[in-house]
Amino acid sequence: MNIDSIYTGFVIDHIGAGKGMMLYKLLGLAKLECPVAMIMNATSKRMGKKDIIKIDGDIDIDMDVIGYVDPDATVNVIREGKLVEKRDITVPKELKNVLFCKNPRCITSTEQELPHIFRLTDEKKRIYRCIYCDTKANN
Amino acid sequence: MKNLLNILDLSTEEIDSLIKVADDIIADPEKYKEACKHKILATLFFEPSTRTRLSFESAMLSLGGSVLGFSEASSSSAAKGESVADTIAVVSGYADIIAMRHPKEGAPHVALTRSTVPIINAGDGGHFHPTQTLTDLLTISHELGRLDNLKVGVCGDLKFGRTVHSLIAAMSRYTGIEYVLISPVELKLPSFVKQDYIKDKGIPYTQSTDLDSVIGDLDILYMTRVQRERFFNEEDYLRLKDSYILTEEKMKKASPNLRVMHPLPRVNEISTAVDSDPRACYFRQARYGKFIRMALIMDMLGVTV
Repeated sequence: MNIDSIYTGFVIDHIGAGKGMMLYKLLGLAKLECPVAMIMNATSKRMGKKDIIKIDGDIDIDMDVIGYVDPDATVNVIREGKLVEKRDITVPKELKNVLFCKNPRCITSTEQELPHIFRLTDEKKRIYRCIYCDTKANN
Repeated sequence: MKNLLNILDLSTEEIDSLIKVADDIIADPEKYKEACKHKILATLFFEPSTRTRLSFESAMLSLGGSVLGFSEASSSSAAKGESVADTIAVVSGYADIIAMRHPKEGAPHVALTRSTVPIINAGDGGHFHPTQTLTDLLTISHELGRLDNLKVGVCGDLKFGRTVHSLIAAMSRYTGIEYVLISPVELKLPSFVKQDYIKDKGIPYTQSTDLDSVIGDLDILYMTRVQRERFFNEEDYLRLKDSYILTEEKMKKASPNLRVMHPLPRVNEISTAVDSDPRACYFRQARYGKFIRMALIMDMLGVTV
């Protein structure tokens, strides 16, 4: 894969340095069949260092996950080699089955069909808590 | 439809209104004896509890209503692996209101998703127990005539004691509150509770490891149990345990207007000799629990007298 040229897919740019792997994991990119390039510690005029993920495939991308990991990242949609859209990223109010509650006393630990839902409880500090037991997300 | 999962679901105005009704029930219980006639309360206790369950049942019976339910998971379909959601979906067809206790945190939240009747959280593990906090607030209001301008001492296990965390969360919404946090270093109030409900609100507080030296300043002394199993070693436990036992000697240093509270059950953290002191109000507190639950049940069922 030539990482400079995506034909149809996405470039997630301006990811804070060091956050790329978390985004890779939470977006489930390891499960994709299409080529994915992960660039870490790339030089950035604006940020000093940044991570970039390039996905060469037309997939459904969960913008909430990107907003959770780094709302300052940018998403460029590429179609037939051309930039066709820049998607806005906002901090999501709620995340469903993205984070999983690790509290062994949480009801989700025994009732395994329950969706794992985390809600934004402090916008300033960007703190998410499990809607069932209020455990703080620390992914 | 109203539900109560967390004490902070209620505004201070709503709490004041419940306390007003509870005060009226205490003054004239006869007036309320048929308030919930033909209504059914289901008490679903997935883990055993004596005080809370009996208090709820007594409250509903005193309102002229009926009760049904189970007192431990082994006598319910949960023992067969039924989910909380399914149990609630079934029971909400049999009752007008549900009080549930469950050992897992957040179980009442799951109940809400399937219930067609109001849900009261009667305790979900170490998470919330809002009717205990309502009981505590009624106790303070009834005994001292106010919920503001109080110096509140909380003593014992401040780390794991959910009743203390909820009480602090609730009391911090009133003006003129000051806290004295009395505990061994090992059992200090968790930093998130201190940050969210004390520091962020600019409420004055002091911390002490010695009950004896601060008891004289308090309006309220809320005792909790220091449990042996919370300590890393026996030596520390033996060294510290007596510091947090309330005795007649310590009571001599307290204000004549102090009120000693305890969520019960008590083990040895309050000497039985203190029971006869009129400032010891923990058994009255347990009684207030019934009255505030009566007020709550009426409110959630939309019943007025």
